[in-house]
Amino acid sequence: MQRKGLDDNIEKLKNEMLIMGSKVEKAIENSIDALKKQDIELAEKIMKSDDQIDNYELELEEMCTRLIATQQPVAHDLRTVIVISKLATDLERVGDHASNIAKMVIKIGKEPLIKPLIDIPRMNDIVIYRLRESLKAFIEQDVELAHKIAKDDEEVDLLDEQILRELLTFMMEEPSTIRQATSLIFISRFLERIGDHATNICERVIYMSTGDWDISY
Amino acid sequence: MSENVKIEIKDLNFYYDDFQALKNINMKIAENEITALIGPSGCGKSTFLRVINRMNDLIDHTKVKGEVIIDGQNLYSSEIDVVELRKKVGMVFQQPNPFPKTIFDNVAYGPKIHGEKNKNNLEQIVEESLRGAALWGEVKNRLYQPALDLSGGQQQRLCIARALAVKPEILLMDEPASALDPVATAKIEELMAELAKNYTIVIVTHSMQQAARVSNETGFFLMGEVIEYGETGKIFENPNDQRTEDYITGRFG
Repeated sequence: MQRKGLDDNIEKLKNEMLIMGSKVEKAIENSIDALKKQDIELAEKIMKSDDQIDNYELELEEMCTRLIATQQPVAHDLRTVIVISKLATDLERVGDHASNIAKMVIKIGKEPLIKPLIDIPRMNDIVIYRLRESLKAFIEQDVELAHKIAKDDEEVDLLDEQILRELLTFMMEEPSTIRQATSLIFISRFLERIGDHATNICERVIYMSTGDWDISY
Repeated sequence: MSENVKIEIKDLNFYYDDFQALKNINMKIAENEITALIGPSGCGKSTFLRVINRMNDLIDHTKVKGEVIIDGQNLYSSEIDVVELRKKVGMVFQQPNPFPKTIFDNVAYGPKIHGEKNKNNLEQIVEESLRGAALWGEVKNRLYQPALDLSGGQQQRLCIARALAVKPEILLMDEPASALDPVATAKIEELMAELAKNYTIVIVTHSMQQAARVSNETGFFLMGEVIEYGETGKIFENPNDQRTEDYITGRFG
């Protein structure tokens, strides 16, 4: 086993994954930005750039498979490679959600919003923070941080619930809002799903660092 | 680990003159399982293997303390018949070492010196042993040709057949595949899995992948000590001791 070769390759994998992470993060940010500004052009751009994120996933998967085939990593090295391959899938799904949000933005179009956006941007901030911290926990192998971020899932779930309840009352009072309200409910749900992926990432970081799965979150 | 302990090692210490090669080893080796011993050169794993069949008796100035208990009997008690013991504990070495005799005579050699004279019985033992070593099909038509005409991989399986011929219960293998090509290695590994149904196997190997592939339990030796001993999957996925991790990931050794 060539230790140096293995270390270099794992480093490369980590870097590649972080680049993917930042692209995904940008995509979420942009999608909510597009919603706030009702910027259809930006939304279309996000949907197009999803292919790029998908390619990152494929590339990472390939690199992981190649590394396992040629270097036969074990113990912490093996867990790192396996976790990176799983994280790539998580991030790809997050990218899909950003793209789905953009799709909703296009659907809403330029029609006036039924209410000012408050909870969705808040949710967005929390979700991006959690995603960023989960990746930080990965890079720094910070198990404590991973536990902390994994635990923090509740606020997003509550906001999602709250948004649903609020929009339901809108729809009951004024059926003409149903179309837009449904889109907003979807957006809220997509953000909630992104939060779940951040939790997944934390669980995988805990496994990578300790060798034990903690899926209590 | 399976329920039955075949070999129990208690407080084992071993010395070459003043040099202590094994330090306070305690291990329970399970019956009908494959136990792999790994560790850097000079860590004591081959010495340990030889302690299990008292091969070290042949080396001057060595001293053993502690107990090696096979089926409830301490190997190092004075009542043990070493010849009987070696019959129970077969050994296969790194370099295939067939006798310069025919294939048949190589396998029949052990039973003969243990007193088997009946030709029919010997023929039966030779066939059974060669079948057990997955070599019968390749050599059944040339049993009376020189064993040294066989390929390296075949020679190694012949050595396994020779070990099986005296009906041992334990097989000790000291890097049995390190001199073989990948195909012959794969055959030996398959054979080990098959043999583990009826024998208790302890293998010393320098190949991490081989230990990971073939064994149920793995013991990591370092400077005469057992640093970690446990289920193979666990050792290679998440070892408890940092030194084990460093060794299997190639950080030292």
